[in-house]
This record gives sequence, structure tokens and C-alpha cells, in this order.
Amino acid sequence: MRNVSHFRRLDDAAGGKVTLTFDGEAIEARAGDTVAAAMLSAGFVAGRETPVSGSPRGPYCLMGACFECLVEIDGEPNRQACMTEVRDGMSVRRMHGARAFG
Amino acid sequence: MMSEHFDVAIIGAGPAGLAAADILGKAGRSVALIDEQPGPGGQIYRAIATAGEQRKAVLGADYAAGSALLGALGHAGVRHIAGASVWEVTPEHRLSYSLAGRAASLSAEHVLVATGATERPMPFPGWTLPGVMTAGAGQILLKTPGLLPPSPCVLAGSGPLLFLLATQYLAAGLKVDAIVETTPSGNLAKALPHLPRALLSNRYLRKGLAMLANLRKAGVAHHRNATGLVAEGSERIEALRFRSRGKDHRLPCATLMIHTGIVPNVQISRALNLDHAWNDLQQCWHPVIDAFGATSAQGIRIAGDGGGIAGAEAAANAGRLAALAILADLGEISASERDARASADLAALNWHARARPFLDALYTVAPEFLDPADETIVCRCEEVTAGKIREFVDLGCLGPNQAKSFGRSGMGPCQGRYCGLTVSSIIAHKRGAAMDEVGYYRIRPPLKPITLGELASMELDDDDQRPAA
Amino acid sequence: MADGTFAVIGGGLVGMAVAWGLASRGRKVTVFDEGDRAFRASRGNFGLVWVQGKGIAMPDYARWSRLSAQHWPGLRDELRDAAGIDIELAQPGGLQMFLDEDEAEQTVAQMQALRTALGGDYPFEYLGHNAVKKLVPEIGPQVVGGIHSPMDGHLNPLYLLRALHKGVRAAGGTVLHGPRVERISSRPGSFEVHRADGTWSADNVVLCAGLGNARLAPMVGLDAPVVPNRGQVIITERVRPFLNMPTVHVRQVGEGAVQIGDSKEDVGLDDSTRGDVLAAIARRATRYFPLLEGVRVVRTWGALRVMSPDGHPIYDRSTACPGASLVTCHSGVTLAAAHARVVAGWICGEQAPGYMEVFGAQRFALQAAG
Repeated sequence: MRNVSHFRRLDDAAGGKVTLTFDGEAIEARAGDTVAAAMLSAGFVAGRETPVSGSPRGPYCLMGACFECLVEIDGEPNRQACMTEVRDGMSVRRMHGARAFG
Repeated sequence: MMSEHFDVAIIGAGPAGLAAADILGKAGRSVALIDEQPGPGGQIYRAIATAGEQRKAVLGADYAAGSALLGALGHAGVRHIAGASVWEVTPEHRLSYSLAGRAASLSAEHVLVATGATERPMPFPGWTLPGVMTAGAGQILLKTPGLLPPSPCVLAGSGPLLFLLATQYLAAGLKVDAIVETTPSGNLAKALPHLPRALLSNRYLRKGLAMLANLRKAGVAHHRNATGLVAEGSERIEALRFRSRGKDHRLPCATLMIHTGIVPNVQISRALNLDHAWNDLQQCWHPVIDAFGATSAQGIRIAGDGGGIAGAEAAANAGRLAALAILADLGEISASERDARASADLAALNWHARARPFLDALYTVAPEFLDPADETIVCRCEEVTAGKIREFVDLGCLGPNQAKSFGRSGMGPCQGRYCGLTVSSIIAHKRGAAMDEVGYYRIRPPLKPITLGELASMELDDDDQRPAA
Repeated sequence: MADGTFAVIGGGLVGMAVAWGLASRGRKVTVFDEGDRAFRASRGNFGLVWVQGKGIAMPDYARWSRLSAQHWPGLRDELRDAAGIDIELAQPGGLQMFLDEDEAEQTVAQMQALRTALGGDYPFEYLGHNAVKKLVPEIGPQVVGGIHSPMDGHLNPLYLLRALHKGVRAAGGTVLHGPRVERISSRPGSFEVHRADGTWSADNVVLCAGLGNARLAPMVGLDAPVVPNRGQVIITERVRPFLNMPTVHVRQVGEGAVQIGDSKEDVGLDDSTRGDVLAAIARRATRYFPLLEGVRVVRTWGALRVMSPDGHPIYDRSTACPGASLVTCHSGVTLAAAHARVVAGWICGEQAPGYMEVFGAQRFALQAAG
């Protein structure tokens, strides 16, 4: 699922280093990043499979409007990755179909 | 729950909201400037308060100019409520919002809706694949985390923002592999009659031409009059297929940035049942407002692109005008003072408006995104295809609300934001009816999803409760 | 009597069910339906096929609701064959839960009295907290108990509306969407339906226009004293299955979303939603099912119920204008099977249950006089 091609940083992107996990794998981000940015820079473009058909989806509008970037964050399902700031030790998981209760 | 009362509640801290807050704050009024993002600036000046010099250089002078609006936050009476999603606005001027997972509310004498624009839906087969994003998303990734997409990177669609993003990518040292332009071939001819007037505010045109020259110089492949777009891939996008000038193309891509213009964000104005009008040239609805942003509802004004697409600078003008009108309504200034102080912004709006008909005619959206092929998913949330919508028209659906109840389009978490225009447009094409006759989704709260627990925690003051039988 | 063509006024669940009943009997039917933003109870309803607790004050209404529930599997099959749509009917029984001992006791007493009035044939059982929890494990500690009845069930009301539209067309019926019906004129043996876009004639006319019936009924010698009553519904994002039977206030639909209702407000023609009422609905739902607290609300609905003075349906045939009839109720889903399979026949002069007559509008005049 992870792709070799990932989003890369402009040199001046500031902010301290933050480590979180995506489906259990440690990934690095910078303080102030959204979860969506952290996923993309680590090469993960998809965060879920839809509850309707199971098709893969990932961040699309990045401004909180499309609800495509939903992931499970620290056990809470259907959080908007593009509207949630990363935190050290955060656990992000892909979702498969309809949410559980968390 | 405590519910604070303000003179003015401004929804949206973009150029219109910030400019309005500045005027109102200077006059000593209490203002709640409520916005969903962590920092001020809206989408256009996103992260303007924290962007470094290199970021500003990549994004260009127009972006950097947004810093001038930040003075609004220095007034004692202006409270910036950041990270707050407004999910209900009532005709009685109560705002319910969600902040850090908790429900809260406030009320105000006057409400200014400054929620800007959203990107027009650009449905084509495969547009739901991971790795396909809007050009606006591309810009946001540049502005906030400073991220450049992986190669090969293709930009597809039409409109100034697409070329701006390509220019910014080049400035950041990213190779843009191709621009696949879907602008219909007859557009230039249709736009030319508007050119003389546009030349009166030729900064826009000069900028546009400079961008195009830049892209040419950088050797970016530019495919024009592209039609029949299809994104291919299984887990993520792998390639874009299209037809251009009689030839079929297939471009491999790791990311595809798409864009076909912006449209007013009408979620709040629709939820409030305000009057809307259809703009045939811009192919979108906008709330009906006067020069000072007054709507069909008492005490509710709209400023900026949410009232009609005019751009960021015009949004600031409109924000100031709305604020002046509010000050006059509050009795802070006389009508003649309002008009005197309004003249500069009114003149500026006129100036900005000159280039608009030319740009609108030049970048009208391609027919395949207004009336997509049957197999295209139009409602991304509920995965409803264009063909299904047509089937519902055959079953007698006259408008999008009946289609919604027949097939769930618009019922997902995005609440119709990315299918509303398309569903109405498909129905209009199929029926041979005008968009105004077909109408738009009935928008209901919550405007953004909230948890049942948050909703349950809402307790309203006694005087806000309607008599129940 | 009642030969020839039928004009059905109203394309909601009531009108379409009657139209399907007529069309499947081989009658020539034209349905007159309003536009996209008409006040539509059909779009806002809850999808329950519900019997328990109905007709506390009118045992014949209890009989009628139950008869309809019994007709549902038949209508489901008819629609599957005619329209190719599965309406997701499930009748696993239903649950009415209580958060308050007194309320539970009072309701059980009313249902027992109803059972007696119906000669004992009215199955339900009161279950304490633990027994309810066995049926529905996700209930919260505040649930004191509940009434379970095997008579109840639910279906997908949006699929039902679509299936009826498709079925009526497949059976040769016509649905004319457009402006509202302004006027109905009658001459001996025929009626004329007037809309802004034209005039149509028919041998018979059936008023199924919901709140519009109040205006139209007097034109054909009928009386429909109905008023709007707003109901609000909350719909959540899709969640994994957790609830295997419908409850009065909370049910999980086929695709996983949870529907939460309900409120009774008397507000006139205003189908907007009110935050205070929604908050109260949400509070109650999280007391029934605490695990819903973190689930997101994606939509809310306000729709207008069509209420007669006693809350029960009105079925009437005009004596002044023979060939005109009236069908109106607020339980468009539960009663759709009876409307298609019994009322349509009654309109055509077929045998119907003897108690049909008690649903005439003259009962309101009698009540007023009494």
C-alpha cells in the first residue's frame, strides 16, 4: 500500500520533529503538521476504504470540506486527518468500511 | 452552558472577515471572529501569520500581501475563536460550534458570513482515487506544511488557480510534468468581447500572461482542449487518460491536481434559506446581496467570495463595506459617514469587477464536468453515479431533493458540498430545464458533523426556546 | 361504481401506495405530484412498521395497524417483482424502552387495557432491564425496561418510495410532477383536476395530498381537518451493526446509519429543525445507547406529520360527489400495505373490514356534538 513516491518538504519548513505511528509503523512529521500532511509526506495517500463499496480514499480537499481523509486517530474513528494536528506518540490507523464504536 | 453575546459574529477569518473585524474592532465593538483553521488568513492567506520568507517567495507577492490584514487581531474587542467549526446559524443570530470536541454557542446583534469559496466539483471517472487532489489542496500543502507532491505530477482542468499552482511549484523547484487544460476551445472567442473592459484593470491579465509565459519557458508540456478525462489506478492514481487535438494520451502520474474554478460556499446561506440567484456565466449560485452585503435576512450579511466570486482583494473591500454598514446599523456612525467611508472600497470593487467577465468567459467549465458520463461517481460520499441521477429523473425527480431521497446523493458527511452543483446540473440537462427551476439541496444543520454527545450537551437559554405545544 | 380512470392527488407514500393498489388492480391511474421542495412527510419519516402502542384510544386503529403489518410481506414481494427493488423489510419485533419506572408502568397498563379490548389477541411482553439487555446488549444502565412486541418491524422508506414510483409506472400508471393542484371540479360522473400547467379529467379522484387535503377536500364534498405536526430526525454516520431490531426512538438502517427521533411540536408549516429539540432527542438516545455518544451526526431532518384531530387516519368516500375519496394519515410507512392492498380495493368497491367506516371524518363532527 505504501508507495515509494511521497510528498517532500520545502527546505524552510520549520517545526520540531514529531513521531507518530500509521498502522503501527513509526512515521516522522513536524510540529504543526496535520495528520494528512504527515501521511502524505510518509507516502501514504489512502487512509480508508469506504463503507459503501470498499474503494480506497485519501486526502482530497485538505480544507475540511470533503471528508475523504477520515482515519482512526488514537482509537477514535472517522477523524478528519486534514483538520487534526499531529502529536508525539499519536496512533493513526486506516479504516476499513463502517466505523466501530471506538 | 454559557453563551456569550457579541455585537458582531464574523464567520471566517479570511480576507473579508479580517478586513471587517479591523473596522469593527477599531470602532471598539465586540467581535467574535470564528474560524475553522488554527491560524488566520482563510484558505487564500492560509498560515500567513507563520509563513517564513522562503515560503512567501515561493507563494508570491499576492500571498505575502495578506500579512497586512492581521492587524485586525490586535483590537481589544476582537476575539479570534480559532479551530471552531460552526455547525448551525439560526435566523435569530445564534451560532452553534464545535471546538476541540466540545459544543459551544454564541449570539450576536449582527452576523457576517465570510466563508469564501470552495472548488467546483470536477467529476470524471477515477477522480475519487487516492493521489487525486484539488489544486486548492496542493496550495494548502505548500502554505502550511510546505509539501511538494511526488513525481510524475500532472495538473488538470482550467482556471487561474491551476496555472498559479504550476507557477508556485516551478518556483519551489518541482518539475511539473504536464498541464492538461480542459478549457473549451471556443472560450477565447467568447471572452474577447469582454477584453477591452478587462484591460482597464489589466494587472490581472498581465499576471496571467506572465504565468503562462513562465510555464512555457520552463518547458512544461501543455495539452489544450483536453476531453474525456479518466484517472486510472486501483489503490491510487497511476495514470491520466484524455483526448487532446484528435489524439489519445495516457500520462503516468503519482499525483494529479485538478481544478475547474471556484464557487461560493453557500452552505450557511442555503441553510438559512436566504435568496439565491443563478449566475449563468460563472455557472454557480450566489446569495442575493447588496453592495453592503445585506441579505434577505435581517441582520445577516455576507462578504467575500461567499457572496459571489470576485477574488481575495475584492473580498477585503466587501468585508470593509459590510462592517461600515453594520456600524451604521448599530448607530455608531451616520449613514452619510458610512457612505463617505465606503467610497474607496466601492471604487476598488468596481475596478476588480472589470476583469471578471473576461476571466469568467475565458474559463467557463467544460461540459463534461457539468453533465458527466453515466459511469462517473458524482456523490463521492455515497458513491452515486451520474447515470443513477438520470435514472431518477426518468422516475420523475424534478430536482436534487427528490433525487437525494431516491438515491442518497448528498446524504454523506460532506453534506452535498462536492455533488450539489453536479446533481442539479445533471437534472437540468436531462430535463432541459433551467438551473433556477431545478434548484439546490435543502441544507440542514449540522453544517459539519458533530458527535451525538456534543449535540446532547447543548442547552439553550430559556428565551431561545420556541414554545412547544 | 368506481370504474374508469383514477386521479390520485399526491405522490408521497400514501398516494403512491394507493396508486400502486389501483394500478395493480388494472385501473388506469394518474398521480399528480408536487415539485422538489414540497412539504413531504414521506422524506422525513422514520421507516417503522409499527403496531405496539397504536390505537390506545381507538382499538380499531390497533386492528388496522396490525392488519397492515400482516400485509407487508405481500406488498414487499409485489414491489420486488414489479420494480426490482428490495425495500429491506424486516419484522423481527420491536422494542419500546423506558428510562422511567412510572412511564413504563403507565404504558404497560394502557397496552393491557388495549389487549383486553381486542379480546386478548395482542402480543407483547414487558421486559426488565436484564431481559432487554439480552435482546439488545448495547443498552445503557438507565434503561429500566422495555416492551417487546413481535408485531413490529421496519423498512427503508426511501427505497419504498422509489419502488412505488417505479412499480406504478411499470403497471401502466402515470405520475405527473409539477405545480400543486389548485382546484378540483366535479360534474356527475367525472372530475377535473386543475393545475397551473393544465387541466385533466378523470372518472374518480382520490385525495392523498397530506396537508393539502384540508384545502382540496371541501371541493369534492369531503372534510379533512388535518394540521401539521413537526417531527425531527437525527441521522448519524454509518456504524457497524449494533442493533438488531427497531426501537421507537432509535433504529439502525440497512447501510449502517442510525436514525434517531422523535418529537411532537405544533408549529404550523415550518419544516426547519430546532437545536433545542434536537439536543433533547440526542440526550435521550445516548441514555438508551451510551455507545452512540462518540458517533457523529451527519444530517438532521424536520418533516411535517399530517395529523387529524384524534391522530388517527381518515378514510372517506364522498356522498355528495360519488367517485371522490380521501386517504390521509401520519403513518405512511406502517399503513402503506393496508393502503395498497385494502384501501385501494375499498375505493373500487371491494369488501373491506367492517370497521373501515369508523375512520370517516364524520367522527369529528360527532365528537364535537357529543
